[in-house]
Amino acid sequence: MNVIDLAQVDWARAQFALTAMFHWIFVPLTLGLSFLLAFFETLYVRTGNPEWKTLTKFWMRLFAVNFAIGVATGLILEFEFGTNWSNYSWMVGDIFGAPLAVEGIFAFFIEATFFAVMFFGWDRVSKRFHLFSTWMVAVGSNLSALWILVANGWMQYPVGMKFNIDSARFEMQDFWSVLFSPVAIGKFTHTTSSGFLYGALFVIAVSSWFLLKGRHLEMAKKSIMVAAVFGILASVFVAFTGDEAAHTISRVQPMKLAAMEGLYDGESGCALCAIGVLNADKQPGDDAPPYHFAIKAPYVLSILANRDPASFVPGINDLIYGNPEQQVMGVSEKMVRGKSAVAELSRYHAAKKAGDTEMATSAMNAFDLDRDYLGYGYLNRAEDAVPPVGLAFYSFRLMVSLGTFLPILCIAFLVFAWRNTLLGKKWLLRLGVASFFLGIVASQSGWVVAEVGRQPWAIQGLLPVGVATSNLTVGTVQTTFFIFLFLFTTLLVAEVRIMLKQIHIGPEEKRHDRQS
Amino acid sequence: MTEGLPVFTLPRRIYYFYRDGFRAMRLGRTLWTLVLIKVFILFAILKVFFFPDLLHTRFATDQQRADHVLEQLQPRHRSDG
Repeated sequence: MNVIDLAQVDWARAQFALTAMFHWIFVPLTLGLSFLLAFFETLYVRTGNPEWKTLTKFWMRLFAVNFAIGVATGLILEFEFGTNWSNYSWMVGDIFGAPLAVEGIFAFFIEATFFAVMFFGWDRVSKRFHLFSTWMVAVGSNLSALWILVANGWMQYPVGMKFNIDSARFEMQDFWSVLFSPVAIGKFTHTTSSGFLYGALFVIAVSSWFLLKGRHLEMAKKSIMVAAVFGILASVFVAFTGDEAAHTISRVQPMKLAAMEGLYDGESGCALCAIGVLNADKQPGDDAPPYHFAIKAPYVLSILANRDPASFVPGINDLIYGNPEQQVMGVSEKMVRGKSAVAELSRYHAAKKAGDTEMATSAMNAFDLDRDYLGYGYLNRAEDAVPPVGLAFYSFRLMVSLGTFLPILCIAFLVFAWRNTLLGKKWLLRLGVASFFLGIVASQSGWVVAEVGRQPWAIQGLLPVGVATSNLTVGTVQTTFFIFLFLFTTLLVAEVRIMLKQIHIGPEEKRHDRQS
Repeated sequence: MTEGLPVFTLPRRIYYFYRDGFRAMRLGRTLWTLVLIKVFILFAILKVFFFPDLLHTRFATDQQRADHVLEQLQPRHRSDG
């Protein structure tokens, strides 16, 4: 019998989380700032005002720095698939292959081609073609993100595929189901719109710094006006897509929603916990109260989940132990079927090795009846299906709180910029500088909710993380964890210094940078 | 320099575009140096020594890889040590 070393699994998860969070510092800035560049340059082309050109070139320089810093940070994730997650990598290769190949093509041809025109083409190509190139970089960058998010969306809601019992691979049956899965589309729209807000906050932060220093005042005010409008519009989409994502999660990942809410016992007409402190000692199935303190909004969770204020929202206990009255199948029951699937998978392969065709066919047919519950067959206890409730709960609230505050900040900037009274609002400008870091926290929190809420699944319902990992020693994974941590922190420090230097130089000292 | 030339010189114009663009870079050179250093570290050091693709290094054929993964999908017990 194989042994799962949980310490090795946890280190592999920690390494992937660290790498992904590092990568995610830079990607949303590319997504958002690329569109802001396109807006700035459009204003230059429409008005003919050279100040917009100077402004665009400055932000383009920072865009280039961010792009260079972010380059290859995602590649480590692919390396980790092959090393730490080899079982998972094998099993999903057919599903991920198409989206990641398309992503590579988009990234290389669209971004690389138009990227070069964007940087080299000032005064060498026509204004219109240069503007078109800048827009194509923005579109290309965001379309690249689509394919990665399609892959991640499939992990959360595996559709359009069939498990091949002979090769142990999930084989794509319907590309369009994978591409247009509600989870994939929801992730793409929510992630990119949050990237737009992130980019807006970066521009506001840097511009606020210039205003505090009394430098590049007109450029800073112009940048803030455009970024604030962009940030406000993006926030509307973030809120709308976030709501839609929660609605989708309620259908396909109800345990994630229950964990996000700290909801143990389901209710009809379920309230949303707006503000709360969880009881850290609370366990599934016990009588302890779930919260030490909670302020709830009546019926809101039922509306969010099911668009029906009277509807039932299952809690962790319903999902673990089942609730026949509400037609909720519990993990306990799924585990029975899952263990049957695992047993039939073994029986099938034993029969094939022995050349017993009849038994192999019988085992395959029996496997097919329970294939949808395969992953549950690897759980030891029903409670293992519960993700870390505290982390999901607080990360969700952090994300929503900041996601509510930051658009209000954008509105404040827009109002005072319109009135031309920003210079006198030092407190707001300092808040503006801090806003980008708050945006980083909000953005990272969102991913924590998405990925921690998915636990224990590498592929929802089909493959738990403990089975997805490679057969490695914990020491091996620890070594690569610390190598990555040291190396990329060192690079990050060096790269951020380049970014800060370019910000300090500002837009007017062109003699220091002939590229702009 | 290349304005007004026949269309068949388009590849040459593209070449000059990139050549002149790269030559004019200042900040871009620093950034490119950074990118190349990182790519080198990733592919020549990390990938080779620390992040091998296990299934491709340990097994020669897809059948062997499938057999290994199927073996991993056998029922397991947990070790919390």
